[in-house]
Amino acid sequence: MNVHPISFPQKGVSGQTGSWRMERPVLNKDLCTSCLFCWVFCPEAVIDKESLKIDYTYCKGCGICASECPTHAIVMEKEVSSS
Amino acid sequence: MATRIKDLPADEIVLSGNGACASCPSTLALRIVGKALGSNVVMLLTPSCTVASMGLTPQMAFNYPAMNVCFATAASSASGVMYSLEAQAMKGRLQGELPTVITWTGDGGTYDIGFQALSAAAERNDHFIHFCYNNEAYSNTGVQRSAATPAFAATTTTPGGKVEAKKNMPLLMLDHRVPYMATASLAYPADLYDKVVKAKSVKGLKYIEIFAPCYPGWRFESKDMIKLARLAVRSGVNLLWEAENGAITRFSHPTKGLVEGSSQPRGLEEYFEAQGRFKHVMTPERKEAFLSGVEAEIRAEMDLLRGRQV
Repeated sequence: MNVHPISFPQKGVSGQTGSWRMERPVLNKDLCTSCLFCWVFCPEAVIDKESLKIDYTYCKGCGICASECPTHAIVMEKEVSSS
Repeated sequence: MATRIKDLPADEIVLSGNGACASCPSTLALRIVGKALGSNVVMLLTPSCTVASMGLTPQMAFNYPAMNVCFATAASSASGVMYSLEAQAMKGRLQGELPTVITWTGDGGTYDIGFQALSAAAERNDHFIHFCYNNEAYSNTGVQRSAATPAFAATTTTPGGKVEAKKNMPLLMLDHRVPYMATASLAYPADLYDKVVKAKSVKGLKYIEIFAPCYPGWRFESKDMIKLARLAVRSGVNLLWEAENGAITRFSHPTKGLVEGSSQPRGLEEYFEAQGRFKHVMTPERKEAFLSGVEAEIRAEMDLLRGRQV
């Protein structure tokens, strides 16, 4: 069998990194002004630009989105389940 | 006209679920850079946090053709790839617009180990963009000191604080008189985006340095990564400017105000207070002398930069 040392782009190369999370960011749409600061400052690219939906499968819970949100529409809540 | 955050493209180069720490500045920087460069790119990486987090064969976390090269060879490899692409285009094997060749290195691959190759490529004026994300230490291997580590900062190899001052790499590149270079900050992503778009349009060697606060290395809370990047710019620790052919053409907001004297640096104490690596100098006895030393250095650098304007 030929093995080529070539990699291909894929999500989740380090597994479901959402399991690293201690606190989960929760968005309150009523306070949101769609400034997109959370989207642009997310190092993990887990926030969708259009819907601002957070992909909890991969969100590592760093808290930058909550810390940068000017209207405090995102708050960090303690993680209860393991998903 | 400056780009607004809302206008940045939604395309992602860095894919979710990579191995980087939560709030890693290198993946965030690469994300913004990727938005500016588009998809027609060849990227060369030297050992750094980015390589450690990009995944193992046969998986990769980037949507780019990327190649891992030896530590010292970022710039020389990029030169080789660029010449090869040009030769293939000349022979008609490659059609259309040539890919943008970029290197992606940390401060180790730029300030220390990669410096010779970069200096040589700058002298030959080879056509590619050299990116340095400066997290001021060898964070990937366990936060050892690098030439970019500032004086007094504690690392695992300088537990009592670094004795020597840091190397001023942007000024060294300025004196290589490269066609375009810029310093950027993660707290001002639209500014970084504009600088990368500009670099892409210039022929020759371009150098972009991105200031990257590393939370495990600098010992602060992960949620404060952008806050620290912003404090570094507002306090004058990280000065944002652009230069062409050895002369500074523009200071970006808010550095512009600091250099012109229309606004005062602020947040210096807060910046150092937040970092565990400066804990031993931020004591009531040593704090004042340390901060006034840093302030004097910032003033001297601003004086120097003022004199290098067109």
